[in-house]
Amino acid sequence: MDSTTSISDSQSPLRGGDLVRRHAGVTRLWHWINALCILVMLMSGLMILNAHPRLYWGHYGSEHDSAWLVLAALEDTAFPGWMTIPSDYSLADARIWHFAFAWLLVLAFTAYLVWGLVRGHIRRRLHITRAEWSPRHILHDFGEHARLRFPTGAAALDYNVLQKLAYGGVLFVLLPAIILSGLAMSPALDAAWPWLVDLFGGRQSARSVHFIAAMGLVLFFLVHIAMVVLAGPINEVRSMLTGWYRLPREKEDAA
Amino acid sequence: MILTRRKALQVGAAGAGGLLLSGCDALNDSAPFKDGLADVGRLHELTQRAIIGDSLAREFTEADMSPVFKANGSLRIADPAYRALLAGGFGQWALRVDGLVHRPLTLPLNALQAMLQRTQITRHDCVEGWSAIGKWQGPQLGAILSAAGLMPAARFVVFHCADQLEGKPFYESIDLIEAFHPQTILAWRMNDAPLTEPHGAPIRLRVERQLGYKHAKYVMRIELRESLAGLYGGKGGFWEDNRGYQWWAGI
Repeated sequence: MDSTTSISDSQSPLRGGDLVRRHAGVTRLWHWINALCILVMLMSGLMILNAHPRLYWGHYGSEHDSAWLVLAALEDTAFPGWMTIPSDYSLADARIWHFAFAWLLVLAFTAYLVWGLVRGHIRRRLHITRAEWSPRHILHDFGEHARLRFPTGAAALDYNVLQKLAYGGVLFVLLPAIILSGLAMSPALDAAWPWLVDLFGGRQSARSVHFIAAMGLVLFFLVHIAMVVLAGPINEVRSMLTGWYRLPREKEDAA
Repeated sequence: MILTRRKALQVGAAGAGGLLLSGCDALNDSAPFKDGLADVGRLHELTQRAIIGDSLAREFTEADMSPVFKANGSLRIADPAYRALLAGGFGQWALRVDGLVHRPLTLPLNALQAMLQRTQITRHDCVEGWSAIGKWQGPQLGAILSAAGLMPAARFVVFHCADQLEGKPFYESIDLIEAFHPQTILAWRMNDAPLTEPHGAPIRLRVERQLGYKHAKYVMRIELRESLAGLYGGKGGFWEDNRGYQWWAGI
């Protein structure tokens, strides 16, 4: 019954149950490298934050200054061992992990972004049309998601506007913000590139933006995982491993 | 059915999380793996060295200064000899400059104060994450090293300090590029007053493109060396030897 086909050479109209090529090899490779980097950098980052779990705006900030966010008293541990790398307190070790994986994250992200933009892949999958930008359309998609009604058949091939916003937000807002704010915390780079820290209005502001962007990625991750589980985890994970995705069956087929 | 699937997911997630964590801790305890990670981290030193050149750290105005500049690390020195010097206003104190130099120096505090002074208001970034902005004054380290005359083999400047942590003498080191950077000074004055004990009296190093742990306080002796090997733990500083902090503290 099932036909196997790729998006590009689809002759007959696709319908629910068809097996299609969904994710390019480059996308799949980057997805898993990035997932590993984000996880390691989040957990080592929380350990680094344990060293001084207070956040400030501006150029300076220590416990003598007012913080906009106090995650724990200085003598207490903000994030428990199961959340951190390593699990026992070590700022030095956490920094070694964080800075090594930072290279992998930045190089893989840059390569993926260049590939995706040059090849038009990102524009094809994530470009939001004028019609999709309309509040009515966004609200409608939001309502469909809230009722857990996901597209079926050929309609499931294209990302809906909420997916485009989420993936576009990660690629063009959260990841650039977290990389640039991370670099802006380096005293050496601040000497070389003063504009970098000015972008954020000071080193402590950059540190705050770094944390907020990290929490944005955590929020994305939680919604992403929830959607994968709700949309059929085996089919979804397989499509990101092998590229093959089975289009969800239309309501009539399921009956 | 749903309950079992949910249960399975929970158990699976907990199991994966536990495996991941114990896996990371096992890797963290593995010397080859952690050395490998640290080697990747060395790329930061190489790239930052190439990028920063002779750039200057930003200098701020008095209006930008932290109301309270946090003191960190050693705050009080128990050593009776140091306490006697402190009580005497460091009138009997002198900085020694030796090692791979042509003319070893003994520089009393008033000699350092009589040299050409540099005053700078800069941001101090602690490895822990906090920052403070303060005003520093003192002679440039480069001028002192030039007066001593470096031997060709000299590659590192080591700062031997009066404080001890965990029963071990505190020391730090920088390379000659940072040592001859115009903003690298031996500060005896902070925020328009003589340096206090918690901030490293009589002098502390300011090396403005590096994190706070490189800014050695209570500097008693400066030694020029060809290599950091063979000195204490061999990694170039107390924190490097005893905590595993990176010698390059530009990030």
